[in-house]
Amino acid sequence: MNIDLIIGIVQIILIATTPLVFAGIGELVTEKSGVLNLGVEGMMLVGAVTAFVTLVVTNSYILAFIFSIISGILMSSLFAFLVLVLMSNQVATGLALTIFGIGLSSMIGKNYIGTPIDGLTPWYFVILSFLIVFFVSYFFYKTKSGLILRAVGESHNSAHALGYSVLKIRLLAIIFGGSMCALAGSYMSICYAPMWQEGMTAGRGWIALALVVFATWKPGRILIGAYIFGGVTILQMNLQAFGLRLPAQFFNMAPYIATMLVLVIISSNKLRIKLSAPASLTLPFYKGR
Amino acid sequence: MIKLIKLFTIFLAFLGFSLGNAYADGHAKKVGFIYIGPPGDHGWTYMHDVGRKHMESQLGDAVSSTYIEGVPENADAVRAIRKLASSGHDLIFTTSFNYMDQTLEVAKEFPNVKFEHATGYKRADNVSTYSARFYEGRTISGHIAGHMTKTNIVGYIASFPIPEVVRGINAFYLAASKVNPDIKIKIIWAFTWYDPGKEADAANTLINQGADIIVQHTDTFAPCQAAEKAGVLAFGQASNQEEFCPNAHLTAIEDIWGPYYAARAKAVVDGTWESKDTWEGMAEGMVVMSPYNAKLMPASLIQEAINMEVAIKDGTLHSFEGPIYNQAGELVVPEGEVADDGMLAGMSFYVQGIDGDLPQ
Repeated sequence: MNIDLIIGIVQIILIATTPLVFAGIGELVTEKSGVLNLGVEGMMLVGAVTAFVTLVVTNSYILAFIFSIISGILMSSLFAFLVLVLMSNQVATGLALTIFGIGLSSMIGKNYIGTPIDGLTPWYFVILSFLIVFFVSYFFYKTKSGLILRAVGESHNSAHALGYSVLKIRLLAIIFGGSMCALAGSYMSICYAPMWQEGMTAGRGWIALALVVFATWKPGRILIGAYIFGGVTILQMNLQAFGLRLPAQFFNMAPYIATMLVLVIISSNKLRIKLSAPASLTLPFYKGR
Repeated sequence: MIKLIKLFTIFLAFLGFSLGNAYADGHAKKVGFIYIGPPGDHGWTYMHDVGRKHMESQLGDAVSSTYIEGVPENADAVRAIRKLASSGHDLIFTTSFNYMDQTLEVAKEFPNVKFEHATGYKRADNVSTYSARFYEGRTISGHIAGHMTKTNIVGYIASFPIPEVVRGINAFYLAASKVNPDIKIKIIWAFTWYDPGKEADAANTLINQGADIIVQHTDTFAPCQAAEKAGVLAFGQASNQEEFCPNAHLTAIEDIWGPYYAARAKAVVDGTWESKDTWEGMAEGMVVMSPYNAKLMPASLIQEAINMEVAIKDGTLHSFEGPIYNQAGELVVPEGEVADDGMLAGMSFYVQGIDGDLPQ
């Protein structure tokens, strides 16, 4: 065990975990406002393809990320229109958004598959992911707007009675979630594995969704959960490569088991889970009531 | 007047129906493909799609083809295969190992539809199997790696512990250790065919542990790209991936399916199709090595690799020549013999010298 090896492992863990942090923190804000958006995977894919195509066409990293985030805003606004205005079922609409995102991203990216690009260094984004988690945590627990957002998620009727615009706040939360998912996607297609491939997020959106639940809707715990998952994923690869004689299936299960175990233990107090889960999650808001 | 329009519409519908039938009977045979990934993966599925297009260009109007991409290897595969079978397809290629039982299940329901399952071993009256001897290419990759490695550590990204993948690892290691007895092979089982992020992680992990050559048995060019970025060498997988990693790509093992697909579709058109097992390699042109990278490899080594290709084609070189021992030190192929196809098809052990347990 030398120090270079350990630094290398830590670097790979940071690079591999960052997309989970982005998508997880975005979905957490959305859910805290009382909306469940299962479209994470779809929004990540559209964000990834938009960033990639923009980069190929304009050769500008900044434009790539701007357009990617705009695509996330558009995708999540579509979702917001359906669930907030038309009051469609959030679970069904979110699933539809994922399916739509998979198809749309394949269509947009059809002619760009296998175009070689120069990848961008991931470190700015790794730092950014930590800053965003810190910002969200500060926003939730130290600012009035954060309190209002959480109130909307707990009881939209009370928040409405107090004069807050439930729909506007939820719209903003959904859009924030969408832009974070798109950022996660663009990070994947430009920094992490610089390429466009159909379905290249390979289920990370669903892991991000699970992280929000296991983190019991607390921003700091998104970081803990994501890093346990990413860390164990990379560590098991290292153990395999060291030739440790254990079944490889076990290694591949390990990230899921470890993440679940740790987060179940740190959130074993049932009352606290009930308190931190947004009470109005998935409930539609009727203004007329 | 309305009655007249109704009658006319019904007449048109009948006309269209009968014409449609005539077209289906007399002309194009419909050929369907089930893909595990997207045709744009520049790897496994991409090469099947190249084969499909080759078939269409060879047979022209005699066939028309469709494909369903990204079909998971579970009960969804049954639905996808059945969808093709029930929509008038005459011949269906299922192009991944774990579609095996699903293919047979649907084949039972549609005895008149012909099925072809890639890399499997279960057949029926209307189910053929076909595969390529990719391990012949692995032997050449192994020989090159044995000469090119400086750290004597090669990183191997494996997908699932099926005979196909195990055979590749063994063939690679046997050839590599023959020219370089000190070589060590580090294997990561990714348990996925397709996840660019995870494939890149695995490649970076192996490089971090000292590997200076990356070999992959997964489907995207992410590992090759990671090798390029880290300044180490790599072999492409399934198709020529040199454009994505020009300073890392030594060569690649290419899968050439086109002629086989054309021949089998033609057999269906002619009515001569019958169930059989096909396992072809370099000699038949189903396995081809990409151009060797002259920027990275010395000319003498390229010449050795080309000589090996010739020897494999004329049968004087076999990837599994005895004596071969397994990890426990038992002799599995005696000296002077080569492993038979039965042993190769069911290979589920590591040869002596490879560390770690093979997942079962």
